[in-house]
Amino acid sequence: MQEMTLNTTELLAIPGLPLLAALLAGLFGWALKDKLSHLITSGAVIISALLSIHVFMQVLDGASFYGDYWTWIISGDFVVPVGMMIDPLTALMMLVVTIVSACVHIYTIGYMHGDPGYSRFFSYISAFTFSMLVLVMGNSFFTLFFGWEAVGLFSYLLIGFWYKRESANYAALKAFIVNRIGDFGFLIGVLAIWFYFGSVDYKTVFDMVPGFVEKGITLDFMNWQISAITFICLALFVGAMGKSGQVPLHVWLPDSMEGPTPISALIHAATMVTAGVFMVARLSPMFEYSEVALAAVVLVGATTAWLCATIGLVQNDIKRVIAYSTCSQLGYMFVACGVSAYSVGIFHLMTHAFFKALLFLAAGSVIHAVMANQDIRKMGQLRKYMPITYITMFIAALALSGVPPFAGFWSKDLIIEATVVREMGWVGDFASFAVLTAVFMTAFYTFRMFFLTFHNSDRVPAEVKSHVHESPKVITIPLMILAVGALAAGAWGVMVLDIANPEVVNGYFGNSLFVLDAHNPLKMIAEEGEHGMFHFLLSMPFWLAIGGISLAYAMYYRETALPAKMVAISPAVHKFLLNKWYWDELYEKIFIQPAQRLGNFFWKSGDLAMIDKGVIHGGIVDSIMSGAARMRAMQTGMVFHYAFAMVIGVFGFLTYLMLNG
Amino acid sequence: MVGLSEYLIVGAALFSLGVIGLFLNRKNVITILMCIELMLLAVNINLVAFSHFLNDLSGQIFVFFVLTVAACEVAVGLAILVSFYRMRGSIEVEDINTLQG
Repeated sequence: MQEMTLNTTELLAIPGLPLLAALLAGLFGWALKDKLSHLITSGAVIISALLSIHVFMQVLDGASFYGDYWTWIISGDFVVPVGMMIDPLTALMMLVVTIVSACVHIYTIGYMHGDPGYSRFFSYISAFTFSMLVLVMGNSFFTLFFGWEAVGLFSYLLIGFWYKRESANYAALKAFIVNRIGDFGFLIGVLAIWFYFGSVDYKTVFDMVPGFVEKGITLDFMNWQISAITFICLALFVGAMGKSGQVPLHVWLPDSMEGPTPISALIHAATMVTAGVFMVARLSPMFEYSEVALAAVVLVGATTAWLCATIGLVQNDIKRVIAYSTCSQLGYMFVACGVSAYSVGIFHLMTHAFFKALLFLAAGSVIHAVMANQDIRKMGQLRKYMPITYITMFIAALALSGVPPFAGFWSKDLIIEATVVREMGWVGDFASFAVLTAVFMTAFYTFRMFFLTFHNSDRVPAEVKSHVHESPKVITIPLMILAVGALAAGAWGVMVLDIANPEVVNGYFGNSLFVLDAHNPLKMIAEEGEHGMFHFLLSMPFWLAIGGISLAYAMYYRETALPAKMVAISPAVHKFLLNKWYWDELYEKIFIQPAQRLGNFFWKSGDLAMIDKGVIHGGIVDSIMSGAARMRAMQTGMVFHYAFAMVIGVFGFLTYLMLNG
Repeated sequence: MVGLSEYLIVGAALFSLGVIGLFLNRKNVITILMCIELMLLAVNINLVAFSHFLNDLSGQIFVFFVLTVAACEVAVGLAILVSFYRMRGSIEVEDINTLQG
């Protein structure tokens, strides 16, 4: 196929338009008023979504782009250009980001209607879209880092969007600080790359990796000999853990639900949190060469997938259930990347973006209808009032549970197969167990939430009831668009993009992902010959999902005594899960309280006692005061004293001049 | 014949008188003004003397400037004194200490 290049101006416009719109809405929102603000920002993002689709079509035909636009930093040998790398992986990410973002923009017009920060909100989400696009489109570790930090910033601003709420500010700070821990690792990784490779450019670094690994360069870290490539990958993965809410840095993601629901859909489900997965896939030429790092990725991903699923089982806040499910699904994606099935991880990322954004937006539609109540115990029977939300959420729930032929089935099933088939010792066994049991839990908690919201008994408080209604068109239309994605994205991925086909390397992704032949799980699946069109009827994940849904149906479709009985069997377990494994309390004890004590110590005995009292008052202030008192005594105010000093001075000068001049 | 040095001696003597008057006077501000006048005049004598003996008229022209400035200074000084007296009711040097730190 002939190499085609893409139009550089078009590529520049994709992140450029949202940025421009964000600046306009942010700086001139007061003059533009609500209507113009949302028209400009939504228009810009919709155009950039159309451009992304165009670029994607060209990439399907074999086009690609790699080049620099400007030079960002020049410092000696250290040159950082700003450039883009457009290949199948990037194009797919751009497609997901802009389409979900466009849906969310439209949805926000209805959802945030009448909010005092209306144009500010639009400015933030457009700017976020810009940052996310920079993150995926960049061609060097520094543009990646820029996007990485910028999406973190907008995530912070948007979680704390209702800045008058104390809980929102707390959640925003928590998200930011936990992310900083991850970003620290990420930065170390990037600097280590600069140190070892002398470049931060993807292509240059990737080309050098095989030779670098052969040399077997190691480094000493606390008396440990670690191979440099493992160190770099692990450091970068710490960043991914922070951004993608993986155990033990997952604590911020459920709390981020304090932000408005469109944000939960866009940032904390579909795009930003998947940046970590994207990064691991993008850097597959590096991760592939480090067995240790891959094992760490699998271990962390599997732990998160399982642990967050257990927490999701008992949560009562509709958004929190979905948030824990997000953590859990991100865990799946990491497991996929860890077992070298990068294409499958990205595939799940894409399907997940559609059905999870849909779940959140539908949840937002519900919350909107029942007047900002998020407790599923105070909902029920809502299907009568809001049929469109009901149907779209049903589709999303089926997709998340992994029921064929909905999107989630295709990608999740591939992940599980790849995990089971790949030999990774005890880590692999653990991961297989975790992803399989998590399927059951996912199906259960999703449908528990779904039945409690739309079926079961009607528990909506009387005063809210008159207000319950189907949401306006600006809210339901994005739901329908995403529902199409949740329905078809999986089949589309397998049929059109050829993601599961082991004959073509990485299917659609081609050379943008790199897998060593020694451990290509897709090939192993093909060799074992268990991949057929209708194999899902035989496979375990399918039955597990059906089992989960059935259990949820039995317990929650009608009001039954079963849930209470379950709690009665083991109240301790229930309490343990309800309190989210006490992670927050643990961090409170281990990190927050000691930090506060340390801070208090430095403040009271360091700042107040030593610096303020000792240095400032004891030293500087006192010496100035006494010195000034003495100087003041010289100013008698008597004219003849001054005259005397003047004349003596003149005499002194003259004498000096006569003697030395 | 009176030479240059005699003039200079007179000038130096007058100048010293002015300086000493400035120091020793603790009573009256007008005395200070007079002492300053005296010092300026002593300088003027020097200027005239040098001008005469060096055959250079610019020294004498300079004297006129000095006299003019001195007159202005006295006018301003006396005006300040009058308003000061109205404010404080005294022009004793010992009482003028508002500049004290």
